[in-house]
Amino acid sequence: MAFKIIASQCTQCGACEFECPSGAIELKGENYVIDPKKCTECEGAFETQQCASVCPVPKTCVPA
Amino acid sequence: MTASMISLDRSASAKTSDNRLTNAKSDSCKSSSCGSTAKPDDMDPATWEKIKDHPCYSEEAHHYFARMHVAVAPACNIQCNYCNRKYDCANESRPGVVSEKLTPEQALRKVISVANEVPQLSVVGIAGPGDACYDWRRTKATFEKVAAEIPDVKLCISTNGLALPDHVDELARMNVDHVTITINMVDPQIGAKIYPWVFYNHRRYTGIEAAEILHKRQMLGLEMLAARGILVKVNSVMIPGVNDEHLIEVNRWVKERGAFLHNVMPLISDPAHGTYYGLTGQRAPRAIELKALQGRLEKGAKLMRHCRQCRADAVGLLGEDRGKEFTLDHIPDAVSYDERNREAYREVVARERGNHAAAKSEAIEMVKAAGPDGSLHVAVATKGGGRINEHFGHAKEFQIYEASPRGIAFVGHRKVEQYCRGGWGDDATLDGVIVALEGIDIVLCAKIGDCPKKRLADAGIRAVDSYTYEYIETAISMVYATEFGVDLLTGTA
Repeated sequence: MAFKIIASQCTQCGACEFECPSGAIELKGENYVIDPKKCTECEGAFETQQCASVCPVPKTCVPA
Repeated sequence: MTASMISLDRSASAKTSDNRLTNAKSDSCKSSSCGSTAKPDDMDPATWEKIKDHPCYSEEAHHYFARMHVAVAPACNIQCNYCNRKYDCANESRPGVVSEKLTPEQALRKVISVANEVPQLSVVGIAGPGDACYDWRRTKATFEKVAAEIPDVKLCISTNGLALPDHVDELARMNVDHVTITINMVDPQIGAKIYPWVFYNHRRYTGIEAAEILHKRQMLGLEMLAARGILVKVNSVMIPGVNDEHLIEVNRWVKERGAFLHNVMPLISDPAHGTYYGLTGQRAPRAIELKALQGRLEKGAKLMRHCRQCRADAVGLLGEDRGKEFTLDHIPDAVSYDERNREAYREVVARERGNHAAAKSEAIEMVKAAGPDGSLHVAVATKGGGRINEHFGHAKEFQIYEASPRGIAFVGHRKVEQYCRGGWGDDATLDGVIVALEGIDIVLCAKIGDCPKKRLADAGIRAVDSYTYEYIETAISMVYATEFGVDLLTGTA
C-alpha cells in the first residue's frame, strides 16, 4: 500500500511534495522519495493519488 | 565607480559630431532635453511611473534596463502542449528552460550578485520554470528576501493564472505591481487543443472541463489584478491553425478586463524539444504571419513587440542573456549588496533619456515632414542605450524599425547567428543572416567589413555604418531624408 517515484523520469519539480496529504514525500539528495511507511495512497483523503495526479511526467508516480 | 565612468553600454561612450546633429527644423513644437520625458502622450503619469524602468512593459525602457528571472518555481499545475518539463539545455532560449533550479536563499545570492555587476538591473521576475503562483511558497519566500535586501528593485511574476486568484492579495501586499498571465484562449473548445490537463482542487481535469476551469480562473485573476491597479501583461502563444484567428477575440476580452499590454509570441515547436506540438509536427508561425496578426490587433490592447521569449533564468538586457555568468558556481557564498553601481547608472539614464526622447521626437517629425509617401524597413544593430553601437558581425539579433509618413515605429526583432567569430566571418552564417533580413532595405550598424557589405548589397540590402553611436531614430530619420530627398536644413521635400 504505497506509491513510489521512478527516479529516472522525475524532473524534481516538487509539486508532489506539497500536494501529498501525508507528508510522505521529501527530497533525498537529488531525488524525491516516497516514504512507504507514511504513504496511504490518499485512501480516505482524496479520490485520486495526489502525487500521480499532479505529476507532469506520465507513469512516474506509480504503485510500488 | 563614479557616474561619469558608467556608460550605457560597455563600449565607448556616446559621441556625435556636430554636422550629424543638424536636425530638420519642423513646424512642430521643439522639445528640449530639459523637461522632456519619454512618457507617451496618451499615458497617465502614475502608469508611466510604474513601467518606465521595466524592460518588458515599456519598449523605451528595454533599451536601458535589464531584468533577471530567478528559477525558484519548478512545480506546475497544468500541462501545455508547447511545453516539455523534462527538457533542459544550456543552449536553448525559450520560456520554461533553465540550467539550474534555485532555492529562495540561492536566488537571493544570485540577485545580489547580479545587482552588483549589472547596473541596468531593474526587475526581478519569477517565471517558473513551472508556475510562480502554484509554487507559491518558494515564490513568496524569494520576493520577501529580495525586497528586504534591495527595496527599490521591481518584482514581477509570470503565471498561467490557475492559482492566481488565491494570491492576488498577497501580491498586492508585497508590492508586486507587474503580473504576466499567459492566456491562449477564451473559448474552452480551443483551450482543449492546447491544454491536455489541469490540476485543480486536488484532482486532475482533462478536455473541455479543464479548459473551462482554466479560462474562468484566468479571467477572475485578471479582473482582481486590474481592480487593485496591478499592471497585467497578457502573453499569448500564436499556434497556427489552433488559436491564431482566435487571438483577436482574446485581445478583445483581455482589453475589456483591464489588461495593460498584450504580447503575442510565436509558438516554438522544434521536434528536438520533445513537446507535444514538436512531436506532432504543429508548425510555428512565420515572422510575416505573426506581424500580420499583430497588425490586426493594433486597435486592441496595447501590444508588446519587443519580447525575446527568454528563459526562466535569463539575466541582462532583453536580447542578451548573461545567465551563464551567474550560475551558482560563479557566485560567492557570501555576497553583500552595494547600491552604488545601480544608482550611478540610474543618474546616467535619467539624463540620457531626456536627450533621447527629444532626439526621437525630432526624428519622427522630420520623417513625417518628408512628404506623403516613402517607407523604409531598417534593421539596427544595437547593444542598448537606444544607440547604434554594435558591429554587424557581432550582432546576435537586429531590431527592426519601419519609417513611413506615419513616423518611426519599432516593429520587432530578428534573431541571427553571430557572423563574426574571432576576427573572421563564415560565409554560410552570412547566408543565414541575409535570409533573416528578408524585406529589409537598410542595415544600420557601428561597423561592417567590405565583404559582408558587398554580399548584403548583392541581396538588395544596404549596410550603413556612418551613424555610429547615433540615436537609432535620429539615424533612421537621416537615412530616410537622404532617401526621399528632403533637405536636412529646411525639412522640406
